[in-house]
Amino acid sequence: MSLRPLTSPWFHGPAGHEKIWLGCALLWCFVMSLMMPYWHFRGKQNSTGEAYTVAPVAYLARAEAFVKSNRVGTWKNQASNNPLLTELPLVEPAPGGDAYLVARMWQWYPALRLHVGETYRLHLSSLDLQHGFSLQPLNMNFQVIPGYDHVLTITPTSRGEFTIVCNEFCGMGHHLMSGKIFVE
Amino acid sequence: MASSSHNLAAPGTPGRVCGTTGLHVCLDAQRFIKLNAVVGIVFLLLGGIAALGLALTRWQTVHLLPAEWFYRILTFHGLNMLIFWILFFEIAILYFACTTPLNARLYSRKIAWVSFLMMLVGAVMTDTVIIGGKADVMMTSYLPLLAHPGFYLGIILVAVGTLIGVFNFFATLYVAKRDGAYTGSVPIVTFGATAAAIIAVVTLLHGAIVMIPTFTYSMGWTSQPDPEWYRLIWWGLGHQSQQVNVCAMVSVWYLLSHIVLGARPINEAVCRTAFVLYILFINLASAHHLLVDPGVGATWKIWNTSYAMYLAVLASMIHGFTVPAGVEIAMREKGYTSGIFGWVTALPWRNPAFSATVLSVVIFGFLGGITGVTLGTQQINIIAHNTLRIPGHFHVTVVGGTTLAFMGLAYYVVPLIFQRDFIGRGWARAQPWIFGGGITMLSLGMSFAGSMGVSRRSWDIDAQGVYGPAAHLWLGVLGIGGVLAFTGLLIFALLCVGTLFFGAKIQDRAMTDWGTPPALAGSQAGSLAHDHYATKGTMALSLVFLACFAIYYFANWKALADVWPVR
Ligand code: HEM
Ligand SMILES: [Cu+2]
Ligand SMILES: [Cu+2]
Repeated sequence: MSLRPLTSPWFHGPAGHEKIWLGCALLWCFVMSLMMPYWHFRGKQNSTGEAYTVAPVAYLARAEAFVKSNRVGTWKNQASNNPLLTELPLVEPAPGGDAYLVARMWQWYPALRLHVGETYRLHLSSLDLQHGFSLQPLNMNFQVIPGYDHVLTITPTSRGEFTIVCNEFCGMGHHLMSGKIFVE
Repeated sequence: MASSSHNLAAPGTPGRVCGTTGLHVCLDAQRFIKLNAVVGIVFLLLGGIAALGLALTRWQTVHLLPAEWFYRILTFHGLNMLIFWILFFEIAILYFACTTPLNARLYSRKIAWVSFLMMLVGAVMTDTVIIGGKADVMMTSYLPLLAHPGFYLGIILVAVGTLIGVFNFFATLYVAKRDGAYTGSVPIVTFGATAAAIIAVVTLLHGAIVMIPTFTYSMGWTSQPDPEWYRLIWWGLGHQSQQVNVCAMVSVWYLLSHIVLGARPINEAVCRTAFVLYILFINLASAHHLLVDPGVGATWKIWNTSYAMYLAVLASMIHGFTVPAGVEIAMREKGYTSGIFGWVTALPWRNPAFSATVLSVVIFGFLGGITGVTLGTQQINIIAHNTLRIPGHFHVTVVGGTTLAFMGLAYYVVPLIFQRDFIGRGWARAQPWIFGGGITMLSLGMSFAGSMGVSRRSWDIDAQGVYGPAAHLWLGVLGIGGVLAFTGLLIFALLCVGTLFFGAKIQDRAMTDWGTPPALAGSQAGSLAHDHYATKGTMALSLVFLACFAIYYFANWKALADVWPVR
């Protein structure tokens, strides 16, 4: 009876179907918990959370220096659908080198040009609120937090134009916040 | 003269005997069950009206609200639903679970008033601030986003009020035991509620730790807490409170399957152990909201995801088996023995409390559980974090699961506690199906749009210029499902409130039965108590479940393998 206190002895171990199911469920939980360490060592996509504390002004200075020394042109938005995204400096980091992306209300700065098969250390940080780095149409997502320099060691494996969407609420222009990554 | 004993059966105790069940009901508990449940349902309705606006805005073709109001209403919806509706209703459940089943009297009327009024004042305060446009920060209010101090103060009041209510629950349990109001072990429903209450304490303490410094910061008294620290502790509140909801929901599953069919847990020891697993292994599950965060290492993420999660997952997989198994045994004992699934067709599908329970089990298990574990897998989170897949997941746990189970409970609570028979019984019979169906559609729409990269909490997707017709189509499914779910919610709220005013009074007679399958000739209750192989149907369904789980899980690893390598 589920609604009245139990007065007869009720303790007995699992048996029959219940025991079989418990075994299956336990095994499955075990498989799932092994998958993550397995992927950590053998898989290619991992979020290690590598990060360093950084003051927003210091981060901006680093990013500006990066833009200055690696700028290859200007990217202009041909589509007229986004008033907050008209043009950005186009910057090409050295293969194996550092690339900086600044998140601020409401823009990802600057636009990056990467090469397929090369590995980059992509730095993400915010100057104001939290933002969400969401690379489309690939659908890779990382959290961006002011005060934290979040480093992704990333290797583009597909060519084309990619859009960075912001997927953490960051005020009234949130849905307009975007940026660009081009892979050649 | 009032009796000093807390045993309800003692003379002079303000109680009554239920005309339907023959159980003792404490009149104090009854009053606060009524108050908390009604206020909860009012918040559900408020949150539901907001939900309609949200669904019709995310449905990109309709795009109803302006941006500002979309974000405002989203904040409002999250808090009214996830916090106010759920907490008020859970306090009602706790007051029930510690009194009637134990034949005990509520510990203190005063404390119950304090708890109730604090929660009410807090909730109204927070809502006023939100609607006044002073807190467009989402329910998570991630720093450095900052709301008006009244927003945090309101939440703190609700949290402390809830803690006080939980204290009343524990005190009632204690004096019931002390005064010998009952003998033996507490029934599973009370046991599950106790698990919920224990987790609630831990959860609400996290809430205090994070909300108090945020409040003092908003007043300008202290400096800004670190945003990553805020996330870690906030999710200690936000995630663990979901385990409170799961415990409460599972208790309601046991309760309703018992009330409707006389089902009992097939193994009390195992079911209780599963509740204990929830308490022990959920404590660091805030991890799976930080899986792609900076500053939190991979080892920490993996460890806290799997150690904490998978034993709690095991617990849910146990309940997901034992609840239907209990139902199957009860039906077979009633004589519905044909084939593997003969008992299923004979179930009382037109009983709204029962259909709500079954839908809750199925939606929570097949959709909510599977997606939750998968999205909460450390690496898979990379392709899901903050996309619409996330609300797609929790609308089939806390809405299709918990909320629907609570709705089912109301179909008995209202007649038994308010002592009025439901009006609009035909509508009531259809309501769980409309709500459950709508939420399932809403969730599918969200999940598929999210798989195409559509982000959550976003007023518009067209300015980005990256989402094609398929994403728009799924947002349409979200919209239609949302309208349907809102319809179900509205029917529920109107029926409940209408019944309070217009339902036929019950007094001392039994409530009008919603429909239960009769025991067939020659059947015998308890005849299968020692047959451990009588649950063939449940076993088959569970194996189907496991297969679905494995397919979805590995399909997601496959999808992850297709994105760029990243460390
Ligand atoms: C009629 C039923 C409901 C509908 C149509 C509905 C619809 C929605 C929609 C469209 C969103 C916005 C998703 C986004 O753009 O990010 C949302 C968010 C949310 N809903 Fe619901 N919902 C319903 C019921 C509920 C219930 C009963 C709960 C909780 C018990 C709930 C909890 C939430 C939460 C926590 C959020 C996230 C808020 C945020 O992102 O801050 N919903 N819902
Ligand atoms: Cu942003
Ligand atoms: Cu944003």
